[in-house]
Amino acid sequence: MSPATKSASKSAPKSVPKKTATEAPQPKATTPPADGIHPGSLLSITQLSLDEVSNILALAERLAGEPSSKHATLLENRKLALLFYESSTRTRTSFELAAKSLGAMTTLVSDKSSSIEKGESLKDTGLTLRALGAECIILRHNASGSPYLLAKHTGLPVLNAGDGMHEHPSQALLDLRTILSRLGKMQAVTDKALDGITVCITGDILHSRVARSNALLLPRLGAKVILCGPQQLLPPEAEDLYPGITLERDFDKALQQSQVAMMLRIQKERLAGMQIDLADYQKQFQLNEDRYFKHAPDALVMHPGPMIRGLEITADIADGPNSAIEEQVRNGLAIRMALLVRALNGGAA
Amino acid sequence: MKSILIKGGHLIDPPSRTDRPRDLLIHDNRIVEVGDPGKLNPTAKKEGAEVIDATGLVVAPGLVDIHVHLREPGQAHKETIESGTRAGAMGGFTALCCMPNTSPVNDSPEITRWTLSPERNAVIRVFPVAAATRGSMGETITEYGSLKAAGAVGVSDDGKPVLQDAVMHQALIAAARAGLPMIQHAENTKITVGASMNAGARAFRLGLRGMSVEAESGIVERDIRLVRELTTSGKGPRPHLHVQHVSTAKAMEAIRHAKRAGLHVTCEVAPHHFMLTDEAVEGYNTHAKMNPPLRSEADRAAMVTALLDGTADCIATDHAPHAVHEKEQEFEKAPNGITGLETALSLSIKMLHHQHRMPLLRLVHLMSTAPAHIMGLRGRGTLAPDAFADVVLFDPKSTWTFNARNSPSKSRNTPFDGQTLPGVVKMTISEGRIVYKA
Repeated sequence: MSPATKSASKSAPKSVPKKTATEAPQPKATTPPADGIHPGSLLSITQLSLDEVSNILALAERLAGEPSSKHATLLENRKLALLFYESSTRTRTSFELAAKSLGAMTTLVSDKSSSIEKGESLKDTGLTLRALGAECIILRHNASGSPYLLAKHTGLPVLNAGDGMHEHPSQALLDLRTILSRLGKMQAVTDKALDGITVCITGDILHSRVARSNALLLPRLGAKVILCGPQQLLPPEAEDLYPGITLERDFDKALQQSQVAMMLRIQKERLAGMQIDLADYQKQFQLNEDRYFKHAPDALVMHPGPMIRGLEITADIADGPNSAIEEQVRNGLAIRMALLVRALNGGAA
Repeated sequence: MKSILIKGGHLIDPPSRTDRPRDLLIHDNRIVEVGDPGKLNPTAKKEGAEVIDATGLVVAPGLVDIHVHLREPGQAHKETIESGTRAGAMGGFTALCCMPNTSPVNDSPEITRWTLSPERNAVIRVFPVAAATRGSMGETITEYGSLKAAGAVGVSDDGKPVLQDAVMHQALIAAARAGLPMIQHAENTKITVGASMNAGARAFRLGLRGMSVEAESGIVERDIRLVRELTTSGKGPRPHLHVQHVSTAKAMEAIRHAKRAGLHVTCEVAPHHFMLTDEAVEGYNTHAKMNPPLRSEADRAAMVTALLDGTADCIATDHAPHAVHEKEQEFEKAPNGITGLETALSLSIKMLHHQHRMPLLRLVHLMSTAPAHIMGLRGRGTLAPDAFADVVLFDPKSTWTFNARNSPSKSRNTPFDGQTLPGVVKMTISEGRIVYKA
């Protein structure tokens, strides 16, 4: 057994900390991972209590604020595998750079240039990475729920870097950090931290893991979440995602109420035959100068990327003074550093 | 010639409404006589009968499962006719109707006969359901007359629906002429592309595409309309539509109306659809993935109600074995279905008898007499003299712990593994042979 594997199993406490139930407004707010899932895993944003969210953000804050030399050897000689079944720029690079800035070794396995192409299963791919000494796997996959499968069969901490239409929890954390810092609320993460703040998430909600993770996290800090989009891309059941979430078909009305406008791309790769009238979509849901200055001139503009400029958002808005889009990317680095430390620290951040 | 006397048991025989202590005498492969306790002793002694003490046990006609997948030919790594029938015997079944979605599809008298060949080593009776259309492609109906002559007891494209109105219309007519039930897997596959669980809030949150209630009820309603048209036209024999694994309240309501209108429409409910809801999918549990999917609590409760009020005619398992590596995949990739033969009786006792006070007489009707009748299996589902000596002995009061690893089935894809359940099958007798003994 490699030293890496040994330390991974040693650092794993026997059970998940059980302090989540009382903080949540609804019983479904937090769902701790099932037995056999490593507590350092982050599969869904719903598994984190607000305390844990707070700890992760605080650690991200510290890591981002201190000189990089202070944490350059924090994860020295630890082995991380990036397992990517879908293309990615931001998430992959930020996880990789986060790992390297902590001194960890990383390896990238993608579906295009590995035995996955020959038909190797996700389980076997995970077991292979574990056998090679990987102590944590960062997984992006086109099938919803695949991180659960990988976490169950490898016993390793698995970080969900986006699974199908399900969730993208690290994105929600970096978005939260962005919102808190830009709105000057960087103090404590409590159930009132975002009181009075309305966030409208607009676009292809149906296919968006970013929308789900954000909509499952932000209301727990007191934010009001409005989901906005056409019927096709925003089915009525989206309202049941979390208590208090509202649906709004009229983007102008949604903007008028919002302090944060989070825009989403139409996910062509997941439309499964659905026909979208793009001209009509632009007319109704594009965030452009006219609409922005008319309805929400001070709103913070966010986009998880990749952006399709000219479709859901125009360049002047994406590059404008209230855009936090690049800051989101930068925050991704800090959040992912914190998540890697947490993963290799047995779930404590 | 061999005789068996089963004495001291509590006999439950739905056709004769027997529900009291009775002894049972079997000679060779037939039931000879049912008599008051002790009354058959002299005859049994004279014949040198083997005596089975059934004290404390229910003695009932062997269970009949009209919806199983035995996977042969073509997928013997999941199940064989031998292993599947052994699992059936363990569950108290003496007759299984196997679906045609094998490889190749059973759409010919040759494959039907192959399935029935003694070389398959079935330990209980197998009754093939043949494909309703060639290759189950939904285009051209098969030769129902010759399939029946070869041993088929019904026609179905199970796993897929017969989607086109014209083909379904034709199939109903041809099946009626052949005297076979037309058995439908009700799913509008045009609107379930890529779907892997019940549509709704949970599917949305889990990021899985959902199968709507209407995908099932729409086809059931369409089929009932076709049956009504054919029935009221008065031309040709009355068609018999059997709806498989009903999972939604809406489809069940359509069936309730059809029955009231006097149409020959029957249906089955699978134990998982009255035991579980789509909550079981949480954590992407592939042992909770089946088609039709687990539904809402209201749908689950509607399945129980339908079994209690008689809208649902019978219980059928949809026993669908899959290898471990096939289920250990991404949820959307994993195949549909769970095994069910080993647990059907216990789950039915637990939910229907214990929780909803359904009399065992009615439960045995739903699991033996009614399904035998739907598929036209003569001499099954009854303990009347001269019926086949298909008998199950079970203890409804004690419990057992199901360990899927110990099942004779080649697969163990079940969400009920490790559960302690009421109702212990003690013995299964198929045509006078003891094929399972606890």
